[in-house]
Amino acid sequence: MKTGKPKRLTAAANSWQPWLIPVLILAAWQLAGLEGWLAGRILPTPLEVAAALIDTLRDGTLLEHAYVSTKRALIGFLIGGSIAFLLGLLNGVLPVAERFIDTTVQMLRNIPHLAMIPLVIIWFGIGETSKLFLVALGVAFPIYINTFHGIRSVDPGLIEMGKVYGLGKWSLFTQIILPGALPSILLGLRFSLGIMWITLIVAETIAADAGIGYMATHAREFMHMDVVVLCVLIYALLGKLSDWIAKILERRWLKWHHNFSAQP
Amino acid sequence: METSRISQLPGIRGLPLSIREVGKRFGGTTVLKGVNLHIREGECVAIVGRSGCGKSTLLRLIAGLDQPTEGSIRIGAQPVRGIPQDVRVLFQDSRLLPWKRVIDNVRLGTSDRDRNTALHALEQVGLAEKASAWPSTLSGGQRQRVALARALVAKPRLLLLDEPLGALDALTRLEMQRLIERLWQEFRFTLVLVTHDVSEAVTLADRVVLIDQGNIDWEVNISLARPRIKDSGFAWFEQTILDRLLNGTMSSAAEERQRSVTFSI
Repeated sequence: MKTGKPKRLTAAANSWQPWLIPVLILAAWQLAGLEGWLAGRILPTPLEVAAALIDTLRDGTLLEHAYVSTKRALIGFLIGGSIAFLLGLLNGVLPVAERFIDTTVQMLRNIPHLAMIPLVIIWFGIGETSKLFLVALGVAFPIYINTFHGIRSVDPGLIEMGKVYGLGKWSLFTQIILPGALPSILLGLRFSLGIMWITLIVAETIAADAGIGYMATHAREFMHMDVVVLCVLIYALLGKLSDWIAKILERRWLKWHHNFSAQP
Repeated sequence: METSRISQLPGIRGLPLSIREVGKRFGGTTVLKGVNLHIREGECVAIVGRSGCGKSTLLRLIAGLDQPTEGSIRIGAQPVRGIPQDVRVLFQDSRLLPWKRVIDNVRLGTSDRDRNTALHALEQVGLAEKASAWPSTLSGGQRQRVALARALVAKPRLLLLDEPLGALDALTRLEMQRLIERLWQEFRFTLVLVTHDVSEAVTLADRVVLIDQGNIDWEVNISLARPRIKDSGFAWFEQTILDRLLNGTMSSAAEERQRSVTFSI
């Protein structure tokens, strides 16, 4: 029986096989651009995009606009996220609060927040406030629902055990209810991060004078397609980065959970 | 040979338990009615019965997790109001907090969260080397042992066991029974064990109480020496209790059939 060989083969295969197709696509794309099958004004070649990256990095515009966009996203996230989190905690812990508040929240949730853009522009103008409001609205509902659900799904047997062992209300909350709800809360966090970026991208198409959306619009007006493609990629990168941070948090705070532990 | 009258030794720590005319109704269903039971300090009493007979409900009333609709329960001199001090419960599922390591779960049982006390309790149940493990990596038997350590770490004077060994395999169950008996003899708390396993009841208890349809049907003192071995005396007790448990219900079913036949003529 060949027991040693297959293992080594799989490790080597794992390292290059997942990357074969993306590399081929990149190569085909570059070739198409070079041969003129793909006009430069439709889609610039990968090398041209890379050149644009280096240029914008060197003159500082990329970092400046990326910083503005990220700041908008995070502030909106903090505002919407903390309100939603506190509301979710409140409704989860106190059934009387849930009876009064939850229906209203559910009704608001069913309004697609991006559809409210015309209203938001009329209310808040085209400045920062409207963008922050949209992001806050977008991130709120996944966080609210998952926090609320997380708290309600805590094993009541554990809460009963806590009471028998003399834990007071505050200890019950911090040692049993909150840790029990944490997997759900972090899931809500990951969902809301995705929505945060999408909302930001759309919000930045409303007139702006800074940020990646502005950079893309400005470049489009001058037909700098390489910068446009670059902006798309930067958005993707920022999204991936935030998801990666959320994953790290999950792995740190949830290492007791069988889904995340390294042990079988 | 040791006698089973542990409660007669001096310096006993356990609390006496007094249950008078206790009844419990859930909406329209009467689960318990007219239950009278007195348990001496340091005694081990097993409450056996079929599923749904009310034995777990009775335990929950003693633990203060529920209130009786009639009657009163006193632990020591105090009536039970809310969850009493000095009383600990071991549930059928170990109810360990999955997000705390084993040692931190045991520390939950102490009032001062002292690590050394918790470690000592783990040593008593033979799991000191698993102190830093996560509960999800332990087997069912190991988890119940940790739960037992957690229950004992605060030196309770009344320990209530709600079918804690039901989910374990037969061999682990026997080991746990020995462990519980040893710790009970050492710490001399009052022990109330709810179980459907008659063999377990005869192994551990000074006295076995049968509950049938919400009422105490029968009581028997187990006059066997400890540690209990499965000799003919053991088998006699086991069979007598089983007969009472099973035949009681069988004859009433037979009566029902008779009645329905007679009235249909």
